[in-house]
Amino acid sequence: MKAGPASVEFRNVSMRYGAVTAVDDVSFTIEAGKLVTLLGPSGCGKTTTLRMIAGLEIASEGQILIGGKDVTKLSAADRDVSMVFQSYALFPHMSVLENAAYGPTVKGLGKEQAKQMALEKLALVGLKGFESRYPSELSGGQQQRVAVARALVLEPQVLLFDEPLSNLDAKLRRRVREEIRELQQDLNLTVAYVTHDQEEALAVSDRIIVMSNARIAQEGAPRDLYEQPANAFVADFIGDANLIDVTVKAVADGRADVGIGSATVSLPARGLGTGPAKVAIRPEALLLGAAGQAGALPGTIRKCAYLGNHLDIMVETEVGELFVVQYGVRDLLEQGAPVAVSFAKSGVTLIPPL
Amino acid sequence: MAPATRFVLLIGWLGYALMPWYLVEGMGLTRWGWLAEYPFGKAGSALALALSGQTPWLLPVGIALAAVTLFWGSQDRQRTAAVLIWAGALGMLLFFAQAFAIVLKDQGIAWLAALLGGAGAAQRGIGGGAFVTLLSLLFLLCHGLAYRGICRGDLFTTSTIGLIILLIGIFIFFPVAIILKSALVDQNGAFALSAFVERFLDSSIWGLGCVTSNTNCGVAWNTLILAVLCGVITTLLGLACALLILRTGMPGKRIMRALTVLPIITPPFVIGLALILLFGRAGAVSTLLYEWFDVPRSRWLYGLPGVLLAQVLAFAPIAFLVLIGVVQGISPSLEEASQTLGAKRWQTFRTVTWPLLKPGIANSFLLGFVESMADFGNPLVLGGNFEVLSTKIFFAVVGASYNQGQAAVLAIVLLAFTLGAFWVQQRWLGDKSYTTVTGKGDSGLPTPLPRRISWLSVAVIVPWVALTVVIYIVILVGGFVRNMGRDYTPTLQHYLTGFAIDFSDGIYFQGSAWSSFFTTVKVAAISAPLTALIGLLTAYLLTRQRFRGRSTLEFATMLSFAIPGTVLGVAYILAFNVPPVEITGTGLILVIAFVFRNMPVGVRSGIAGLSQIDKSLDEASTTLRARSFTTLWRVVLPLLKPALVSALVYSFVRSMTAVSAVIFLVSAEYNLSTAYIVGRVEAGEFGLAIAYSSVLIVFMALGIALIQLGVGERKLGRRKLIPLSSSAAEPLKPGVAAS
Repeated sequence: MKAGPASVEFRNVSMRYGAVTAVDDVSFTIEAGKLVTLLGPSGCGKTTTLRMIAGLEIASEGQILIGGKDVTKLSAADRDVSMVFQSYALFPHMSVLENAAYGPTVKGLGKEQAKQMALEKLALVGLKGFESRYPSELSGGQQQRVAVARALVLEPQVLLFDEPLSNLDAKLRRRVREEIRELQQDLNLTVAYVTHDQEEALAVSDRIIVMSNARIAQEGAPRDLYEQPANAFVADFIGDANLIDVTVKAVADGRADVGIGSATVSLPARGLGTGPAKVAIRPEALLLGAAGQAGALPGTIRKCAYLGNHLDIMVETEVGELFVVQYGVRDLLEQGAPVAVSFAKSGVTLIPPL
Repeated sequence: MAPATRFVLLIGWLGYALMPWYLVEGMGLTRWGWLAEYPFGKAGSALALALSGQTPWLLPVGIALAAVTLFWGSQDRQRTAAVLIWAGALGMLLFFAQAFAIVLKDQGIAWLAALLGGAGAAQRGIGGGAFVTLLSLLFLLCHGLAYRGICRGDLFTTSTIGLIILLIGIFIFFPVAIILKSALVDQNGAFALSAFVERFLDSSIWGLGCVTSNTNCGVAWNTLILAVLCGVITTLLGLACALLILRTGMPGKRIMRALTVLPIITPPFVIGLALILLFGRAGAVSTLLYEWFDVPRSRWLYGLPGVLLAQVLAFAPIAFLVLIGVVQGISPSLEEASQTLGAKRWQTFRTVTWPLLKPGIANSFLLGFVESMADFGNPLVLGGNFEVLSTKIFFAVVGASYNQGQAAVLAIVLLAFTLGAFWVQQRWLGDKSYTTVTGKGDSGLPTPLPRRISWLSVAVIVPWVALTVVIYIVILVGGFVRNMGRDYTPTLQHYLTGFAIDFSDGIYFQGSAWSSFFTTVKVAAISAPLTALIGLLTAYLLTRQRFRGRSTLEFATMLSFAIPGTVLGVAYILAFNVPPVEITGTGLILVIAFVFRNMPVGVRSGIAGLSQIDKSLDEASTTLRARSFTTLWRVVLPLLKPALVSALVYSFVRSMTAVSAVIFLVSAEYNLSTAYIVGRVEAGEFGLAIAYSSVLIVFMALGIALIQLGVGERKLGRRKLIPLSSSAAEPLKPGVAAS
């Protein structure tokens, strides 16, 4: 009876509030049946983008297509899109069942049919037996499920999540995000998901769109973003990274010889020529060895903190302070001890200088 | 064409073709006498009158409706939109053109009348049919705009915006414009700027006789001086009281809270009345002083001192209500921070507490200032030779020297003062209030007051509270003694005169006060729901919808806050005494006056209520395919119930106590309690007046208590109820509480 999942396409969409540009000339496509995350720091325009998909904001410029149909000027009530709000936005004066049945009820479907549809989706999110409770009588996690069930009832072409886990505690967050992912895959939904938590984004997404300053900084599969960051912002925002100014000495066969301080490393050139550049080094890609090792950077331990399954270490070197993570049980390193820092095969990426 | 549009069109035809177009006197569902004049006589419908050639100028309005009807089944949205917009706009234009051009014989706009085919003709005020037709045309226009994509294509939103604009236009801007117009014409109705200048600069308004010689000062100066004094004193009293209650262990918090409810339920002139009974020439205290200490009786009360005293007693609780909020809003942590940095109590007060209080104090002063300006009852009762603008306006309209032009000029001066104060408040204070209440919990303890401030406060407050208590005792007792101040024989005579019921032959409400009492309750009961409805709708539009001109609408509603009741009353009587809207002397004008006088109250409580409801609830409803009306009905309204109730109660109570606006509008048939009481005071029947006043006070106190009980028992854990005291305080912004 429903159209099934639909793709979402943005064509050069901008959103301006007076002089402020919240979203600036953004284009992307979310394929049908995929979960795509909009990731970025607060104020980057990700929530505005999501609200434009929903129709809660009408784009100032550009075109928005859902399922190939132009919906740019269509109001939220006319789009086949549902949304799970950050605050859940459960109607406090309605029971769980009434909340879930709200969509079909206002659509004018019969009371009985609305109830059946609501019960079905409530069972799906594991809330059987909670129908007559009020939102204030539920825990945060349960409220979140009601919000999901309510959004699912009309089987929308696109489902939107606006930071759905931000009001849950850390342990619950991991579980709920897995449930959301399973639900998306089982029901074959098109989902746009907004978060500022990079770990959450990496865990649930088919693809991630990283936004910064109202524009798209990079988009791609989670692994691409982590291993092949396009720029310093993405490298720094997804995972931790040491960003170091370097010089590309020579390029040959797609590989570059890069001088990091006194050490020289061979890295994929990624289209860069000789001259100044940057490298992003993941903390786990830095290896510590005994001082005096050839081809390594000499350094001194500044700080070393014990965090259970790993150590956080700060090492002072000629290229600046480096943040190093060492897994596996080791002894704490003495402050001031000399070490040699060498580089792992992966986790060191050349990026453009700016 | 959407079904809703078809429905609107049908309603339009109903108004145009079936209902009586003009206002028919004595029309009712039980009185069918008007049927004799239907459909071709006085009670005729527009269609019948126009086709029979009696009123050819009504034909174009029908043509507009007919044009829309041609597109009844049209599927072409854009074409239909164009037709709706043009037909609606032109239809309304023609409607207003004929309504204003053709009025009474030899009035109106002659050339336009001739153009419309009604040269030399006359018509009466519009009635139900005309009003319904006008609404229909308006909604057709709004639907057309919605088809064009305005307001995200929402029919309900555009229609509501249109309705609110039309109502505010007719019932606020039109009357005020009429005042300006009457100020600019001379006695014969010709435009005369010189007449305006002459009246405006008259020495009775701006004269400085009290400074230069031994005569009276101009009425404008009197009003200003009184208002400034009233603002300063009420603010000081309110502040002292707020500080004492919140910052010392002084008992009596509950009593003070109760005191703040009193001015809301007390008709404004009652305080003045009680003061007369206490300190007047024959008052209780004056008599005591004369008999025991030979202090001669004097008339000191009648004039500035008496009016000021009455106003201070009446408005200080309002200042207290404002300032207690401000004092509570100062986070104790700030003061604790100051103390941990080594500041002494007094230093903390001077450097932290006081600067944070300042904006609230300025606000409270302006409130007292505006209240005093707008007050009518107390100056009327106690003024003597001390004239202020509001009473002078009254006498210019109802007095022997009927002078419409002078009343208009005085009203403009008064309006300029209140708007000025309002403007200062908005502009200057708008961005200067420091909100120190954050969402975070604050575990700090308020710093106790420095001792000298405490003592000062106590010294100020005790006499005030004592006097207030005495006043209310006088009000309650006054009705039960033969003649307060002279003869203390207990009697029920006053109550019998006013409220006797004859049971001998069924129930017969014999007392002289019953008729006005029932009218008051009826008018208040009809206007309160309308006020709440319009107010909440406006609040909804202002807070939840984005449309062009939203800030203008907001400004317009805010402006109506600042219009004193006297000005509105004069404006109404000038504007609605002649066609096209001829409703003076009816009960309808009282209802309308109350609705638009109290509308700001509804808007206020609506905005306050809506701001507590997370906007994402609306959005959630929208993404679940609900339209604006559905969202409003199913989500917003149920959550807004407390605001709705407080708007209802408040507008009901204010309708019962209002004097200034309605004293111009009452008639023999539709008299109101307050107007009746003022009449008794003027006739010297203080006993009956005070008895009637206490009946009103008790009636309203009971009503408020009942409703508070009802609201308090509503279930639903998460939602915060707005306690009546605070929600009632909300609307007490400039010009509103004064009536």
